[in-house]
Amino acid sequence: MSTFLAGIVGSAILVFARFITAVRGIWQGIDPVVGQRIYFANHSSHGDFVLIWTVLPPRLRRGTRPVAGADYWMASWLKRFIGRDVFKAVLIDRNPDTRTSDPVDQMAEALDSGASLIVFPEGTRNTTEEVLLDFKSGLYHLAKKRQEVDLVPVWIANLNRVMPKGERFPVPLICTVTFGEPLKVGPKETKARFLKRAEKALLALRPENGDGPQ
Amino acid sequence: MNAVQTDFLWLLAGIGSILIVASITGYLLAWKYSPDGSNEAIENLNARIEAWWLMVILLSIAFLGGKTGVLILFAFCSFAALREFATLTNTRQADHVALVGAFFVVLPIQYISIGTGWYGFYSIFIPVWAFLLMPIAAAIRGDTNQFLVRVAETQWALMICVFCASHVPALLNLEIEGYEGRNVLLIAFLVVVVQLSDVLQYVWGKLFGKTKVAPRLSPSKTLEGLVGGIASATLIGASLWWLTPFTPLEAGALSLVITVMGFFGGLVMSAIKRDRGVKDWGHMIAGHGGFIDRLDSVVFSAPVFFHLVRFGWTP
Repeated sequence: MSTFLAGIVGSAILVFARFITAVRGIWQGIDPVVGQRIYFANHSSHGDFVLIWTVLPPRLRRGTRPVAGADYWMASWLKRFIGRDVFKAVLIDRNPDTRTSDPVDQMAEALDSGASLIVFPEGTRNTTEEVLLDFKSGLYHLAKKRQEVDLVPVWIANLNRVMPKGERFPVPLICTVTFGEPLKVGPKETKARFLKRAEKALLALRPENGDGPQ
Repeated sequence: MNAVQTDFLWLLAGIGSILIVASITGYLLAWKYSPDGSNEAIENLNARIEAWWLMVILLSIAFLGGKTGVLILFAFCSFAALREFATLTNTRQADHVALVGAFFVVLPIQYISIGTGWYGFYSIFIPVWAFLLMPIAAAIRGDTNQFLVRVAETQWALMICVFCASHVPALLNLEIEGYEGRNVLLIAFLVVVVQLSDVLQYVWGKLFGKTKVAPRLSPSKTLEGLVGGIASATLIGASLWWLTPFTPLEAGALSLVITVMGFFGGLVMSAIKRDRGVKDWGHMIAGHGGFIDRLDSVVFSAPVFFHLVRFGWTP
């Protein structure tokens, strides 16, 4: 029953996302074919992973789980239902003092069970004027731990204009989701160098005019 | 079956046979010159023909649904067009409330009031009420950065995408003597003549085009395409007089006016695209770019057609 309901809610969310954003996936550096991947994206809105999820072909969508903060997604029964049942999110505790399991281990476990992941290496929503915040080290540790999995940069454009921080209603604007060339961590690459390279790969996908016309 | 339906079916049969010929031609061209789908011009032509089929089918379904069907179809077109237009504007967070209002308050009110037929309201709602209230909503937020630009863009977006576009279904409200119950054919006349003019300009331009008319705005538009397209669309418009309350001569004259308006509509919308550095307004319709790319000519001709007919043919 709960799976059935989750399916309906999932479809409704897809229709709503398309209605508001007419979102279009641009497969620039990689094809939408089946394969295990870690999609890492810029994060400016709670709807970010919904947009990635929407542009993935259904076969890929079913096996792709977002990684999200438990503090936000466990806050109410509706969020719990959407986070856990609809999107099958891997919920991690972002607070190092209270957590009982290591987030990187949790993500590795999800990968081992065959899922692809959507991660936001900035660690939190970017509500600043900066285009991209510095990456947290989790992406590096995960890449080190599961070296065989492709890391795919994904740039989400315009969604921050659809629903800026503090607004209650979305304004319909066209969004795009651009998938770049996959990367892997080099055998001798340092953490700092890898994170810089990943940031650069992601920024390279940003449309020239930023969040303007798509 | 009543007379309106018979006339509409005749028109549909005409368009259907043109499209069948076009589809077969496109298929043969692709088979001969582009078997691997590498010839861009032919692939583009076939994508356009497919999208045309879709548009004709959608319009027919809307006509079957009567006034409500037509209103819903054009309200949806307005929504999609406004979404494309707003994406290209310089709006900031301070415009958020005004924009949400444009989509979810102004647009529905405009179409509902056209549904009620209250001319005194729907003809001034956006030019007066929205015009004054939207900048107030933006000003309250206190962000003066590019204020006039932002306010002007939002109003322009509403005028083009909602106000002008809504004059197509507004044609259903005109009370023309001896033409009662047939107004849906006026919409068919407007859309068919203007869209055919677009296609014919494209075809004439491809076949005989040499002299560019607006090299900076729209390099593909040629004088030969323009003259040939408008002349042939005007002749076709005149020959469709039996759909309308006009004589053949009047139908031809009105066709000339709306196709010329349509041409300049395309030019104006191209100027905006050039300014913003984009080729198309969106990617909704395969081979056609966005909704606005396909609707620009209809949007510019609809209010002019509406008011000319209202002035000349209603009491």
